[in-house]
Amino acid sequence: MLVQIKVNGKLIKEDVSCDLLLIDFLRNHGCYSVKRGCETSNCGLCTVWMNEKPVLSCSILAIRANNHSITTLEGLQKEAKIFADFMANEGAEQCGFCSPGLIMNVLAMEKELKNPSEEEIKNYLAGNLCRCTGYMAQMRAITKYLNRGA
Amino acid sequence: MLKIQKYTCAQSLDEAYAALVKNPKNCIIGGMIWLKMEDKVVPEAIDLSGLGLDQIEEEEDCFKIGAMVTLRELELHDRLNKATGNVIHDAVKDIVGVQLRNLATIGGSVFSRFGFSDVLCALMCLDASVQLYHAGEMSIQEFSKSNIQRDIITHITIKKNDWKSAFMCLRRSATDISVLNVAVSKSDQYHICVGARPGVAVRYVVEIDDIDKVASIIQDKVICGSNMRGSKEYRSHLVKILTMRALRKVESQDAGTN
Ligand SMILES: Cc1cc2nc3c(=O)[nH]c(=O)nc-3n(C[C@H](O)[C@H](O)[C@H](O)COP(=O)(O)OP(=O)(O)OC[C@H]3O[C@@H](n4cnc5c(N)ncnc54)[C@H](O)[C@@H]3O)c2cc1C
Ligand code: FES
Ligand code: FES
Repeated sequence: MLVQIKVNGKLIKEDVSCDLLLIDFLRNHGCYSVKRGCETSNCGLCTVWMNEKPVLSCSILAIRANNHSITTLEGLQKEAKIFADFMANEGAEQCGFCSPGLIMNVLAMEKELKNPSEEEIKNYLAGNLCRCTGYMAQMRAITKYLNRGA
Repeated sequence: MLKIQKYTCAQSLDEAYAALVKNPKNCIIGGMIWLKMEDKVVPEAIDLSGLGLDQIEEEEDCFKIGAMVTLRELELHDRLNKATGNVIHDAVKDIVGVQLRNLATIGGSVFSRFGFSDVLCALMCLDASVQLYHAGEMSIQEFSKSNIQRDIITHITIKKNDWKSAFMCLRRSATDISVLNVAVSKSDQYHICVGARPGVAVRYVVEIDDIDKVASIIQDKVICGSNMRGSKEYRSHLVKILTMRALRKVESQDAGTN
């Protein structure tokens, strides 16, 4: 089936098979930040934005993204770098495998919630699992990042 | 792994239904969150996303929710949540994460009739009805007990009824499915729904004089079972505790303290 998907601002037209998942479409187009963690919709590692909203690219068909716009970490390098510095300063990653999905969702949260409380941050990020950090350092980094202008 | 041989973006419900009944293995694609974990070959997958079923319409006496509305849209719909005592918001807010809720749909959640479903339990306490393309309208209780497989949910309707409500659940970890869930609503009567027993949610309509007494009666009535998330005895204990807490929350809303 022929699809037209805008990936990080660039229009891609391609004939795809009906059961191609968005994650595979994106990786085929060089977006290697998008990774598989669980494939059971639990871990959030495969998070991308569809029309600016965070979704699980392992759980949606590429066909469903037809005529929509997709953003991956590759398209948010500047924003991601700023947050990544806060992560590094707080020692908020160990293996770093969960970071692409976490960063995508933190940046989505920043756009969607105004001055979120700790509870709201935890709720928003509940679908981003990390096996290494225990989340405390991530929370410190996120709080400092969100308050950076204050 | 899910294999799809043909994908149809339906142009009308007639077309979608005709494609669905053509082959017993054909299926409707909702958010695909559950479907994609299944190991099967689907000769024809039918996509409803072009049919305008992604709207929550407020009418004078009800909310009409299109089958393709996502759980996140339900969670964020202020007017719907105000009118229903926030029970839908509270039922969906712990379902994994925002990214999953931006995809999973109300149609897929209701059609699946999962025993653990928080969505079904909350909708049942609000006396919701299900609009099916072929079988017509029926109460969500009737639908949850039915074995309807070859039909399309187009809408879920919730009547406005000055609902006071509460949702309680217990999970072993934050994003796991519920060990037990309880939804209570009050309009002219109290509706108490218990789900994840682990069987599908059941509903009782009761008069309340004494909360503890009613919670004990519900505990006696609800049939629980055991699975990897909890034993029958543990669940039965939870029925009483969560029912008591939900009733107290509803009473406090009624007294204007919440
Ligand atoms: C990891 C994980 C955790 C979850 N945790 C919870 C939880 O805690 N609580 C909870 O309540 N739910 C939970 N769910 C279920 C989830 O919220 C959705 O209910 C589920 O994914 C189905 O919704 P969907 O839109 O993805 O449906 P799909 O996967 O697309 O479809 C499910 C079934 O419904 C059919 N279908 C879809 N739409 C229609 C329609 N309009 N008419 C007729 N048939 C239709 C499909 O053919 C399929 O048989 C969880 C799911 C996952 C994967
Ligand atoms: S790989 Fe998509 S949620 Fe884990
Ligand atoms: S840092 Fe290893 S999974 Fe998060």
